[in-house]
Amino acid sequence: MATPMLRWCCPGRRWIFAGIGGGSRHGRGVPTGSTSSGKKGQSSVAQQPLITAQKPRKGEREWAAVVGLEIHAQIASNSKLFSGSQVDFAAPPNSLVSFFDASLPGTLPVLNRRCVEAAVMTGLALDCHINRKSLFDRKHYFYADLPAGYQITQQRLPIAVNGSLAYSVCVGKRWSQMVTRTVGVKQIQLEQDSGKSLHDNLRSQTLIDLNRAGVGLLEVVLEPDMSCGEEAAAAVRELQLILQALGTSQANMAEGQLRVDANISVHHPGEPLGVRTEVKNLNSARFLAKAIDYEIQRQISELENGGKILNETRSFDYKLGCTVPMRDKEGKQDYRFMPEPNLPPLLLYDSGSLPTGADPQQVIDIDQLRERLPELPRVTREKLVRQYGMLPEHSFALLNEVGLLEFFQNVIKETRAEPKKVTSWVLNTFLGFLKQQNLAVSESPVTPSALAELLDLLDRKAISSSAAKQVTDVKKGNPRAINKLIGLVRRATLGRADPTVIKEVLERQLSS
Amino acid sequence: MLGRTLREVSAALKQGQVSPTELCQRCLSLIKKTKFLNAYITVSEEVALKQAEESEKRYKKGLSLGDLDGIPVAVKDNFSTAGIETTCASNMLKGYVPPYNATVVQKLLDQGALLMGKTNLDEFAMGSGSTDGIFGPVKNPWSYSKQYREKRKQKSHGENEDSDWLITGGSSGGSAAAVSAFTCFAALGSDTGGSTRNPAAHCGVVGLKPSYGLVSRHGLIPLVNSMDVPGILTRCVDDAAIVLGILAGHDPKDSTTIQDPVKPFTLPSLTDVSKLCIGIPKEYLTPELSSEVRSLWSKAANLFESEGAKVIEVSLPHTSYSIVCYHVLCTSEVASNMARFDGLEYGHRCDTDVSTEAMYAATRREGFNDVVRERILSGNFFLLKENYENYFVKAQKVRRLIARDFVNVFNSGVDVLLTPTTLSEAVPHTEFIREDNRTRSAQDDIFTQAVNMAGLPAVSVPMALSSQRLPIGLQFIGRAFCDQQLLTVAKWFEKRVQFPVIQLQELMDDCSSIFENEKLASVSLK
Repeated sequence: MATPMLRWCCPGRRWIFAGIGGGSRHGRGVPTGSTSSGKKGQSSVAQQPLITAQKPRKGEREWAAVVGLEIHAQIASNSKLFSGSQVDFAAPPNSLVSFFDASLPGTLPVLNRRCVEAAVMTGLALDCHINRKSLFDRKHYFYADLPAGYQITQQRLPIAVNGSLAYSVCVGKRWSQMVTRTVGVKQIQLEQDSGKSLHDNLRSQTLIDLNRAGVGLLEVVLEPDMSCGEEAAAAVRELQLILQALGTSQANMAEGQLRVDANISVHHPGEPLGVRTEVKNLNSARFLAKAIDYEIQRQISELENGGKILNETRSFDYKLGCTVPMRDKEGKQDYRFMPEPNLPPLLLYDSGSLPTGADPQQVIDIDQLRERLPELPRVTREKLVRQYGMLPEHSFALLNEVGLLEFFQNVIKETRAEPKKVTSWVLNTFLGFLKQQNLAVSESPVTPSALAELLDLLDRKAISSSAAKQVTDVKKGNPRAINKLIGLVRRATLGRADPTVIKEVLERQLSS
Repeated sequence: MLGRTLREVSAALKQGQVSPTELCQRCLSLIKKTKFLNAYITVSEEVALKQAEESEKRYKKGLSLGDLDGIPVAVKDNFSTAGIETTCASNMLKGYVPPYNATVVQKLLDQGALLMGKTNLDEFAMGSGSTDGIFGPVKNPWSYSKQYREKRKQKSHGENEDSDWLITGGSSGGSAAAVSAFTCFAALGSDTGGSTRNPAAHCGVVGLKPSYGLVSRHGLIPLVNSMDVPGILTRCVDDAAIVLGILAGHDPKDSTTIQDPVKPFTLPSLTDVSKLCIGIPKEYLTPELSSEVRSLWSKAANLFESEGAKVIEVSLPHTSYSIVCYHVLCTSEVASNMARFDGLEYGHRCDTDVSTEAMYAATRREGFNDVVRERILSGNFFLLKENYENYFVKAQKVRRLIARDFVNVFNSGVDVLLTPTTLSEAVPHTEFIREDNRTRSAQDDIFTQAVNMAGLPAVSVPMALSSQRLPIGLQFIGRAFCDQQLLTVAKWFEKRVQFPVIQLQELMDDCSSIFENEKLASVSLK
């Protein structure tokens, strides 16, 4: 895929990071002379290369950014990757630690079948080649929350390779200008999570919680096929939906079940790739996009000013909105990889190669897992578009909110109203209401049946659309909206009904 | 009674000739008497007596758990034992009490065995003398045997006998000495490059290194995971077979154990060796080999041949690379395995609290001896990105060639290989420590360590006494997972050579009560 270009129109000038507050988008100005009017930030610029008629002024050259991602997804499994300890995000500290997790001498890893299945399913969903034989390695570094002094991972021969992930980004201001892009999936590897260090600066102590130590992770390595924060965020979002559809990870970024490291470099098109930096531990889609865009601009600025980019590890300071170099363990070091001698090669089979008489508990059949794959988000969206004549961006919106698609489908089942009308009501009125109230779909006071009934009334023209909206307004907790409804009823009954009785009836109806 | 083999004493227990408690007390008393051998790091007297009491109850009810019920055993101090300190003879693990039993320990206990204690070793099993642990060296019981003493008296007069004691070999020297000095009937060792077979040869006992994957390593504090195997030390081949039958088999906690079930077995008494093909690897005839061992080796080959076996010279061409290859692979895994000893979760922690890194450094400096630290340093060097291909990967390739040498030989029709176990008999400690640990290990593992690279079963069987009246053992190497066939051949050999029993009565002259009223069928202590 062609690498979109970032253009730098103001050589010699340093970016000024004004308005460092959290809300401002990078606090960075749009380059002067840019024709990207109306674009909110650099990421959009990257999407649509600015091919301007005017030639770059002397000394002015184009920049291209290259972004690759390493994504760690915690596997949704009852027990850890190599031990029988339970996995539970909310358990009291150090309550889920086996002898192996604490690295007691003499303990050995025993591979969790469920984690292998999760890796294979994820690999299949991302069109990967599943390696019939994969290997485990030790990656060494000293850190207090890594009790063994090494992490077991799959460095040499991972379980899945050479896949792809299609995601969509909008290229214009409007959702309707969405394009599908593809990023290569270099590999998926199984590895252990580390424990957690809690630094108590007051007492200058570090507390260690090993509950997370040894939890299975899928490391998904995305090729450097992306060129800006928005693309990276969209790719991660799509991966998140896929993992959730598969049930292989809950992939909740806020809970640390999905963590992203980004590799970023810039270069002049046609020239070799630049030195890359790694921005670690990005734990929300918004910060991911921000951090990447910031880092791209930082590198450009650095180079424009005759500086050098160091091959270093950085972290994103979400308060300052900028990336800063990391010191301690994350710095450059030699991990002294070595084969894990306590785990034999992981062998997988397909229906053709399954050894006869093999214990089904001891072998994994890739074809069997393929059959069990659920519908993937992309297919679900295509179906929605086909079945209901929905706009693609609406199908995206329906899948983006946990439980919203199910809500939509339940409404559709129970109403005679047009799918388009249902879509519009669910995405605009209903979702708008939820957002306003800061509620999840599961917490909604409006049931699918209630909305279906309302849409039926609307469909039969029994009520007007404004009345229907007012019904939802009352539901939203706006008591004054009822007065409008009383008015409507009085008009409908030609003023013969008693307002007090109407109010009582309406209240009874609306609270049901 | 103590001089008997496991099989014999097991029969005596079943027949009620002796009770488990009685047996246990006799062993405990002998352990105390032989304390100066330094064979045990921890004597688990209370545990053993309690186990004996329970065993006794079972015997009274006629509910014996089997051949091992009531039998005193010892375990090398690098196997985890629940509730009993497990030190690896290192400051790092001094005071460490594991919360779980190694699978092999659990299997012994499940059979009713009495755990007498934890035996001495080189720190983290790194050594070939049992001289380099924090609890001091193990002394070879043969230093105090009537046979050796009398010979020395003839030779030299006035030499200080006590300062001239012999090493046991290692690193499972404590286990070998414990079995050799009759303080238990079987002991667990570990074998990474010869650590069970080497001290077995020096102490005149049988030392079995089973096939890799046949016996669980879960709970064995690792030296080199890809080569470590729990070893078995006994006074005869049959005893080793009994213990192997109990320990062998799949362990869900060790993914490198074989899946196929293993049944306990009894070794047949081979009468005809004419169908056997014995291979003599020519590369094992090294200049360093002592003439005595060399002549016993050829005597053994002749013995097989004269009984009708086919004895042929074979070649294991990559043998000479084995030491250096082992050095790279061993130190690399050591560097990795030792990374967990950081003072945080268990074991030694220094007083420094400047920073976590300073704490790591001081803890590891104080916790490990020079040998361990040297190996960690070399291993980390070999694993560096820039060195990995040139050292580790190359060593792995050489390892494969070494393993293939054996496969080729066995494919050519050879059933069992016959080799020396050690270059010579046990040497005095004063002589042994003239060389450093690394040189010693490299020399002493020469005949044993290729076997670990290939994962094959091997057993050292004592053959005869040297002119110094010290034991010399020979090694049999079998096909992978043909441990039973290997032991069958070893048993035939053992019967033919009639290795003399160690005479320790001078050592125990004031504990004659232990041995009184005994009709010793196979063993004479007088």
